[in-house]
Amino acid sequence: MSPIYLEAAVVVLGVFLLALEMFVVQGEKKILAWLGIAGLGIVLAASFFVDQTAPTGAVPSYHAFYSTDSLAMFFKRFALVTTIIVLVMSVDYLGVVRKFTPGATAHGGLGEFLALPVLTCAGLMWMASAVDFVMIFVSLELVTISFYVLVSYTRRNAASLEAGVKYLILGALSTGFFVYGITWVFGLTGQTNLEQVSAVFAAYQGSTAPLLFAFVLLVIALGFKIAAVPFQIWVPDVYQGAPTPVAAFLSVGSKAAGFVVFIRVLRTFFHATAIAHKIDLLLVAVAACTLVYGNLAALPQNNLKRLLAYSSIAHAGYLLIAVASSADPASGGAIAFYLAAYLPMTLLSFLVMIVVANYSAGDDIADFNGLSKRSPFLAFAMLIAMVSLAGLPFTAGFFGKFLVFTVAIAQHQTLLVILGIITVACGFYYYLRVVKAMYFEPDTTPSGQPGGQIPVGLLTRVTIAVLIAAILVLGIYPKPALGLLGSAAPQEAAGVLRSVSPQVVLR
Amino acid sequence: MVHEVVNQVMGVSEGLLPFLLLVPLVAAVFVLFGAPARPVSVGAAALNLGLALCQCVTYEKPFSYTLFDVVPSLDLKFLVGLDGLSLMMVLLTTLVTLGAVWMTSKVESGENAFYASLLFISAGAMGAFISFDLFFFYAFHELALIPTFLLIGIWGHGDNRVAAAWKITIYLAVGSIVLLVGLIGLYGSLPVGQRTFDLVKLRELATTTSLIAPSAQRWIFPLLLAGFGILISLFPFHTWAPEAYAAAPTPAAMLHSGVLKKFGLYGLLRVAVPLLPAGMQAWTNVLLVLLIGNILFVGYVAVAQKRLDLLLGYSSVMHMGYIFLGIASLNIIGLTGASVMMFAHGLSIAVLFAVAGEVRARTGTMRLDELGGLAQPMPYLALIFGLAMFASIGLPGFANFASELMVFFGAFGAGSGAFGYEAAVAGKFNLYQIATVCGLWGVVVSAIYMLRAYRRVFLGPLRSTSADVAAAGHPVTDDLSGNRRWALALLMAGLVVVGFRPGLLVNALQPVLLRTLPANVSATTMLPASGVPAHPQAAVVAVVPPRG
Repeated sequence: MSPIYLEAAVVVLGVFLLALEMFVVQGEKKILAWLGIAGLGIVLAASFFVDQTAPTGAVPSYHAFYSTDSLAMFFKRFALVTTIIVLVMSVDYLGVVRKFTPGATAHGGLGEFLALPVLTCAGLMWMASAVDFVMIFVSLELVTISFYVLVSYTRRNAASLEAGVKYLILGALSTGFFVYGITWVFGLTGQTNLEQVSAVFAAYQGSTAPLLFAFVLLVIALGFKIAAVPFQIWVPDVYQGAPTPVAAFLSVGSKAAGFVVFIRVLRTFFHATAIAHKIDLLLVAVAACTLVYGNLAALPQNNLKRLLAYSSIAHAGYLLIAVASSADPASGGAIAFYLAAYLPMTLLSFLVMIVVANYSAGDDIADFNGLSKRSPFLAFAMLIAMVSLAGLPFTAGFFGKFLVFTVAIAQHQTLLVILGIITVACGFYYYLRVVKAMYFEPDTTPSGQPGGQIPVGLLTRVTIAVLIAAILVLGIYPKPALGLLGSAAPQEAAGVLRSVSPQVVLR
Repeated sequence: MVHEVVNQVMGVSEGLLPFLLLVPLVAAVFVLFGAPARPVSVGAAALNLGLALCQCVTYEKPFSYTLFDVVPSLDLKFLVGLDGLSLMMVLLTTLVTLGAVWMTSKVESGENAFYASLLFISAGAMGAFISFDLFFFYAFHELALIPTFLLIGIWGHGDNRVAAAWKITIYLAVGSIVLLVGLIGLYGSLPVGQRTFDLVKLRELATTTSLIAPSAQRWIFPLLLAGFGILISLFPFHTWAPEAYAAAPTPAAMLHSGVLKKFGLYGLLRVAVPLLPAGMQAWTNVLLVLLIGNILFVGYVAVAQKRLDLLLGYSSVMHMGYIFLGIASLNIIGLTGASVMMFAHGLSIAVLFAVAGEVRARTGTMRLDELGGLAQPMPYLALIFGLAMFASIGLPGFANFASELMVFFGAFGAGSGAFGYEAAVAGKFNLYQIATVCGLWGVVVSAIYMLRAYRRVFLGPLRSTSADVAAAGHPVTDDLSGNRRWALALLMAGLVVVGFRPGLLVNALQPVLLRTLPANVSATTMLPASGVPAHPQAAVVAVVPPRG
């Protein structure tokens, strides 16, 4: 069975949920989320049994667009896991959605909020497999347009609408850049398939200016997706305004899919050895700016969602360190592991934030004051998430940073390593501020009942426990995970990234 | 027959090694989940001390084994082991942990979290000392960071506690990340194919070949020195220490100043000195200048202190200078002295902080001008403080004396090229000898501030600060009572035993430290032949007071 059925199954599931919504008017809409979680879980399980081998002989035509390599499989599973957890969050978030959606009764108007993430997931999975610029564009737009709706879903909330408009305008702009970049590539090569584009690039003898121009256009468009500086302007406002599960989805799913496309496009352009030096320089510059901007701007934040938005930029910076060190064969593994570590810790912090925000006035850091007394469990979960984001040993985040620094030092990226040292120290400060609020400050919830316990639903509780366990296991005993990745992303992402053109190694 | 039994016991005790780490960790988790905090913690600490003593008794030669693989492609695995140096550190850790947990007085709120944090700190230190793998060696030390942050921030003393918690955490985080870069740089500078995090392998490779190119060593070493230096409170990175120790709850101050701070020194001895000899030589002069800052500058700062807790904090920073001096001297005597001093200082500063904490609990103040005459109501605490103080100054009979003596002999004889003594006799002091003289003067300085503190706190007329202190429930007249006397007596016993028989430690340390020294360095910087045996091992025995 070809992996393409996975996407088909997810699309069918999404449409099924939409259709089903009409018939569960009387019941709780939560059942849609549970069905979605169950369905995606089944697809996730099925993804381990699909036939990954590329077909030989009479190749089905879609294989020119659709890759089944292990990089693709890794990011498909990544998208599935992310979506499942986002649906769990949505269940806890439904009350807020209801409050800010006109016409939404206890029974209606919520179905799309649960069905759209499933359709987005299909888009993310296609992005992971797309190896043709046309296919990349279509799947990218499927994801982006779903997010336009999701970001502004709580339409009685001005912030959400503002976020939606900002995301729409800047997203459309970046799409424009992307299409324009594709046009230039097509004009240069007459191809849209990445492999054939690579072949033309490898033999390319002409002027380098159009190549660079096309590359820069594509980097701008993809930089928007992965929130790299200077294309990050939208991130804080959109994260703060969007419904929290959507912000989490943007921060993890959208970013990871952006990175897989980025890796594939980069791999193509590395075949053009004439501009490899300049690509390297550009990557180092973008990585440096992203690191510095994300971490420094996070320092004064008082709103946790905004803090996590800047943190998401900062982590894009660490990932870009590994991308900029892509001459190292281990860099692909580092990127994959970093994303795998980034998933549980980011989703855990968003999940805890949703639960806490439900019972206090908002999602400022001050709303976490004294959380250790109100709910030791949630405080501990947040502690683990923050400590992992900051990168303390025995958490997933540390191991990710360790691998990233290992490849960066091996590639003598002195500037990026020095910036990395400074920014990690900044990270300790702003992540531990949350810990300080939870543990040092007295309980001062404005909404009353100080000392009141925060109830946590069973599904949420289990999800939090699983995420904590994932963070600790990835940090203490990453061997099985690395083994899993080893058969998946790294060789593809790393080996192939540069191996065709070893002479491009800068140093 | 007997041999077999011995072998079996040895095998068992080797197998017991991971339990040194597991016992505090498991106890911490249990306490966190609601087990009775104090009994479980004290029990775990006592059990761990038993395990450590068991290792001491059965220890014959260094051993190490892999617990599990982590990243085979990087040759990264969880490798545990013991040699003389780590055995000493394990003993120190368990002793101070037991002392700290035992001395913990009633915790008003969140008792379980308090004890769990203490146990996590102890487990972090223990893990660092028994890991023979660079990665885990590093990672375990970081385990203590968050518990320290929480202990100081939640249960600390004074209004300054949150600021102090921030300061220590950011300082240590920066130190750690610099250190991490240094360690990864070290790993990356190894020849391809020999890259490993395995310290045992690394040391073997380092003895046979020059493993890392000297040019690489020269940029890796300063990273390690800065990273470890921040953790050790090397001048001028020391300002976090006194503030944090003053603000920390007593057991946290005991554990941190007694044990955790030694991690950086241990790392220098374990990683920097053996693997980066060229880097070490290139940067020795810088280190010597900085450690003079530690001894003299911080020493005088300690003299100026008006609070007992800050004074002890600065004294602890100052004494790091002596240990640095021993390490910098790069000969067997100096290194042995530095190692023994790590043990001695760990015990004495823990006792001093414990007594200071008791004084604070009874009088409600740490200001020297508000204290006085406490020897009258609390003779036991005064006695213990006096003993620990004399130990800390370096009076004979305590481990500190033996170690200081070795450090001074080692450092004075050190220096590149000509034998130090001859140069000194010729009237040409090298930087080592200048540092040694400064160190000797530092002993006088430490006597000044310690004795003055003792007079201010314990002698003179009793100045029970005020009625409101008594009203606040501070039983000014109580001496340390009951079984908690034994906790301090235990720590003092360690100091006295090693003070009278330093050979106990020296014999275990020497084989390790001899292998630590790069071959060419140890050959050129031994004591001169005149009168003193040139064999380094014999030289140490000649310096150390006769055993028994």
